[in-house]
Amino acid sequence: MSERTTGTARVKRGLAEMLRGGVIMDVVTPEQAKIAEDAGATAVMALERVPSDIRRDGGVARMSDPAMVEGIQAAVTIPVMAKCRIGHFAEAQILQALGVDYIDESEVLTPADEAYHVDKWNFTVPFVCGATNLGEALRRIGEGACLIRSKGEAGTGNIVEAVRHLRSILGDVRKLTQADSAELYGWAKELRAPVDLVQEVAERGELPVPLFCAGGIATPADAALVMQLGAQAVFVGSGIFKSEDPAPRAKAIVEATTHYADAEIVMKVSRSLGTPMVGQEIDKLDVKLSERGW
Amino acid sequence: MKVGVLALQGAYREHAEALDALGAEVVLVRQPQHLAGVDAVVLPGGESTTQDKLLDTSELRAPLTDALRDGLPAFATCAGLILLATEVLDGRADQRPLGLVDVSVRRNGYGRQVMSFEAPLAVRGLDGPFTGVFIRAPRIERAGAVEVLAEHDGVPVLVQSGAITGACFHPELAGDLRLHERFLSQVR
Repeated sequence: MSERTTGTARVKRGLAEMLRGGVIMDVVTPEQAKIAEDAGATAVMALERVPSDIRRDGGVARMSDPAMVEGIQAAVTIPVMAKCRIGHFAEAQILQALGVDYIDESEVLTPADEAYHVDKWNFTVPFVCGATNLGEALRRIGEGACLIRSKGEAGTGNIVEAVRHLRSILGDVRKLTQADSAELYGWAKELRAPVDLVQEVAERGELPVPLFCAGGIATPADAALVMQLGAQAVFVGSGIFKSEDPAPRAKAIVEATTHYADAEIVMKVSRSLGTPMVGQEIDKLDVKLSERGW
Repeated sequence: MKVGVLALQGAYREHAEALDALGAEVVLVRQPQHLAGVDAVVLPGGESTTQDKLLDTSELRAPLTDALRDGLPAFATCAGLILLATEVLDGRADQRPLGLVDVSVRRNGYGRQVMSFEAPLAVRGLDGPFTGVFIRAPRIERAGAVEVLAEHDGVPVLVQSGAITGACFHPELAGDLRLHERFLSQVR
């Protein structure tokens, strides 16, 4: 028996299941990628600038140089993800040709299409997309996303938006499970989401794909917070490599994500990690990245 | 029957659901005391290098190794099989497999995610094919003192070594409980 089928929904969503309970770290150099792998990251996100620098520098943020992504692929053995702009399917094609393990169609980069996201069903490589609420999450899943991350507000070191988005998504999931079959059509209309996905969520009591959390995680306690709220894994962007001492902080966040419900362990790993990244208040931001995408 | 599912990282929930559906009592194992009184363990898929480190920080390496040496039945899938192999190729230099299943496995031996695949497998003792879901799967490059239960393209993908069953693929994602059922039938 030599037949094999690639790119099935089960295979694409399956990799997301394998990342559960882990930490995916943003890295901009092969050296950082090695530090992340050494610390126990389940995957790295290869990009040219972490979100806090994109925020500071301004301008158009695009897909990374393929050579830069290749450098990181060569440096580590764990899965490598990379970002394309919202709607920029040609960047996504390039990333697939590079053999990245997951594509993040990300609001952290400058959107390329103001009407449409990438039709992700056309790809063999799986996609992760951000969402601020349940309707947005289900629209992305309808387009073929195999993993959803709550957006939070990237590059701020402030967890408040991540909490808002997680609570919004999971709170509405809980409400859907209480709705009767007729009400679900109203929910689909209100959420602007495919009715079959709304029905699936109501039946399962969770999204059809894993839900991770991103945007603002800077400490082990932040990771423990969002995991207890119901995230299944965490993305940490600027929070590690914009802190005073990245390696021990990365390791501590990995342990806190595994033992999120055990305050003794989270307390122990939180000790003496040095200064976290400097955080920003949300209402003082010039640009809210989470408002990109729809 | 009480079955511990190693829950440091990875697809532990799918295993727990499969075992629960078959009537087993499931305990998520994150610390040594969670191994107390279990009749069997499942080592799920996930990222083997992450799990390898968490075995140490969680102080589970020694008690788990001792229990398995003493014959605790185990079902190890994907990263779980990497943890139990005698040799890991393309691993990290600091990766320390427990050496309980006599195979050499190559991490991501079937390629990156775009090469991940599903394939029907003929499994010894099962009627009809079982869908193998291979995700950045390890490839068995040498099978020593183990019984081969299934192959894909002539390469072993499911092996039995004493009380340990090791799979390169993910039975917990197949929507087919037969391999979990087979595993539980061997416990006690």
